[in-house]
Amino acid sequence: MYHHERHTITMSSTKTSQQALMPPATDLYYIDHLLSEEERMVRDTVRKFVGERVLPIIGDHFEAGTFPRELIPEIAGLGLLGMHLEGYGCAGLSAVCYGLACQELEAGDSGLRSFVSVQGSLAMFPIHKFGSEEQKQRWLPPMARGEAIGCFGLTEPDSGSDPGSMRTTARRDGDSYILNGTKMWITNGGIADIAVVWAKTGDGIRGFLVERGTPGFSSSDVHHKLSLRASVTSELHFEECRIPAANMLPGVRGLRGPLSCLDEARYGIAWGASGAARTCYEVALDYAKTRVQFDRPIASFQLVQEKLAIMATELVKAQLLALQLGRLKDEGLIHPVQISLAKRNNVREALRTAREARSVLGANGITLEYPISRHSNNLESVYTYEGTDDIHTLIIGQAITGQNAFS
Amino acid sequence: MKIYVCIKQIPDPNTVVSKLDPSTRRLVRSGVSLVLDPGDESTISAAIKLRDTIGNSELIAVSMGPTSAQEAMRRALAMGVDSAILVTDPALAGSDALSTARVLAAVLKKENAGMIFCSTESTDGYTGMVPGGIAEFLGIPQLTFAREINVEGQRAVIKQVTQTGYRTVESSLPAVITIASGSFEAIYPTMKGIMSARKKPFTQLTLSDLGIEAAQVGEAGAREQVMTIGKVEARAAGQVMKDDGNAASTIADFLQRYQLL
Repeated sequence: MYHHERHTITMSSTKTSQQALMPPATDLYYIDHLLSEEERMVRDTVRKFVGERVLPIIGDHFEAGTFPRELIPEIAGLGLLGMHLEGYGCAGLSAVCYGLACQELEAGDSGLRSFVSVQGSLAMFPIHKFGSEEQKQRWLPPMARGEAIGCFGLTEPDSGSDPGSMRTTARRDGDSYILNGTKMWITNGGIADIAVVWAKTGDGIRGFLVERGTPGFSSSDVHHKLSLRASVTSELHFEECRIPAANMLPGVRGLRGPLSCLDEARYGIAWGASGAARTCYEVALDYAKTRVQFDRPIASFQLVQEKLAIMATELVKAQLLALQLGRLKDEGLIHPVQISLAKRNNVREALRTAREARSVLGANGITLEYPISRHSNNLESVYTYEGTDDIHTLIIGQAITGQNAFS
Repeated sequence: MKIYVCIKQIPDPNTVVSKLDPSTRRLVRSGVSLVLDPGDESTISAAIKLRDTIGNSELIAVSMGPTSAQEAMRRALAMGVDSAILVTDPALAGSDALSTARVLAAVLKKENAGMIFCSTESTDGYTGMVPGGIAEFLGIPQLTFAREINVEGQRAVIKQVTQTGYRTVESSLPAVITIASGSFEAIYPTMKGIMSARKKPFTQLTLSDLGIEAAQVGEAGAREQVMTIGKVEARAAGQVMKDDGNAASTIADFLQRYQLL
């Protein structure tokens, strides 16, 4: 049945003489209204998927230390892998849509978002941007379908924040390159069919596509992790690994190649972290309203309210940062310093939010019955991967002062 | 075949606490988040499945509502519906189930529908009267509580959910088919589906396009009146019994009375 009236609150509907409606605690700034219909549909679809498919199983995977591989066909079926890329079986959605998907995936688990980030931003993106037509045709469609999994090898045991110090080399030998070296902390490494590996050549740093099964290429998974447990983290080993010279990415030379991929992934992380923060805030808020101590819900105590108020404030700020970052990206105006600022702020605040939420939940907060400690443990990784908090601080510092504090 | 699915935008049952307006005695729909009825998502999924099974068919979503209902319809398009028709007209405000059925039937008649899918009832009003009304206005059969749907020649054959299982029911086409809730899993829109939704045909109609007088619908045409609204009686405490050796049979009798066994 039908009612012809205003069905949504719009910013302009609030007159000064009128008391505006109390905004919902989960969207205090009506950020929802800043999204287009298409953007909301992406967000709601991924949120529903995470609620129905991910949340029922993710705690068990985290505890078991296993990646939910069974979700890959569904994630691919939704079109989330490489969703922001054009053509080759990818959906070609906007940066904001991609960000919203990351937000919702990480509201479920950082490991799941990491899987999608690595596949789309670190593996598919460089092939899409720097690959030959043949490389694109060969790899992107199966990667979008989730039939081929990719990983990204830049970090090494002795080369983290300073990737220029990498030791992995690629030596030209006729129609081949021969790779030697080790890559470390590689998400998806153990399940990858194709690795995008960055190595030093006589011609500077270049990217190479190395297929699983290539002689001289092996991987071993990192165990005993206390963070990102529902995610595969691996070491990649290259020992006289011979690959066709045609497997080199022709479109880029130097650190600009891997760094541009990291910009893509960090962009998604800025959004994702706000998703993890949202989950922790919502769980803490709900818990505080229903947990009764001293005959009152603990939400009525000033100390708890302060924690919740800070969480709510930081969440709004993180969401606005991420959204404006996305708008800048869609307009082609994005600068790496903006990504650093948002990644740094949003992960830092998400981690704080998760820790504060843990304290609101007391002992319950440490179990897997609630998502809080899972998120805070995950965010410990997110805090230092894809550019540590410190490095992002220095990137911002350099941008605003003109002084390079790295070296 | 042209297959139609009637859908509705409703206050989000997952986030909105339903409130009744004491003056109109109707559900408050303003200022709340509105979504495609989750029940309709299953119905759309059932219709998409049938369209893809029988082949050479198109699926059209039909709705009556304010312009904001476009968003719910575009979700249907993103899920895989081929095109959408929305009837929107200020005179429709306050329409009851009869008016809604009248308007939807007028669209379906004009479109020469071969098969019409509806949810058994909406997740906000729960009257469950619109599908029957559409069938009546069109003078075609209605097959209810379908958990499986097939087309055999010029007939629709369904498995109808019963209290004990199902029975097979068939009818001529065109027919209205209502879906048993929970029988079809709602599919997710895909990212490509979302991208293509905005390019799919979307028609908006007014009452005059359908040849319906304003007096026949809306508040003016409503034959249904909400007389009073009241609070549900608080539930009385449950029955507590001590096990004197007969507890099992007492519990079994109790469950049997409510047809739970």
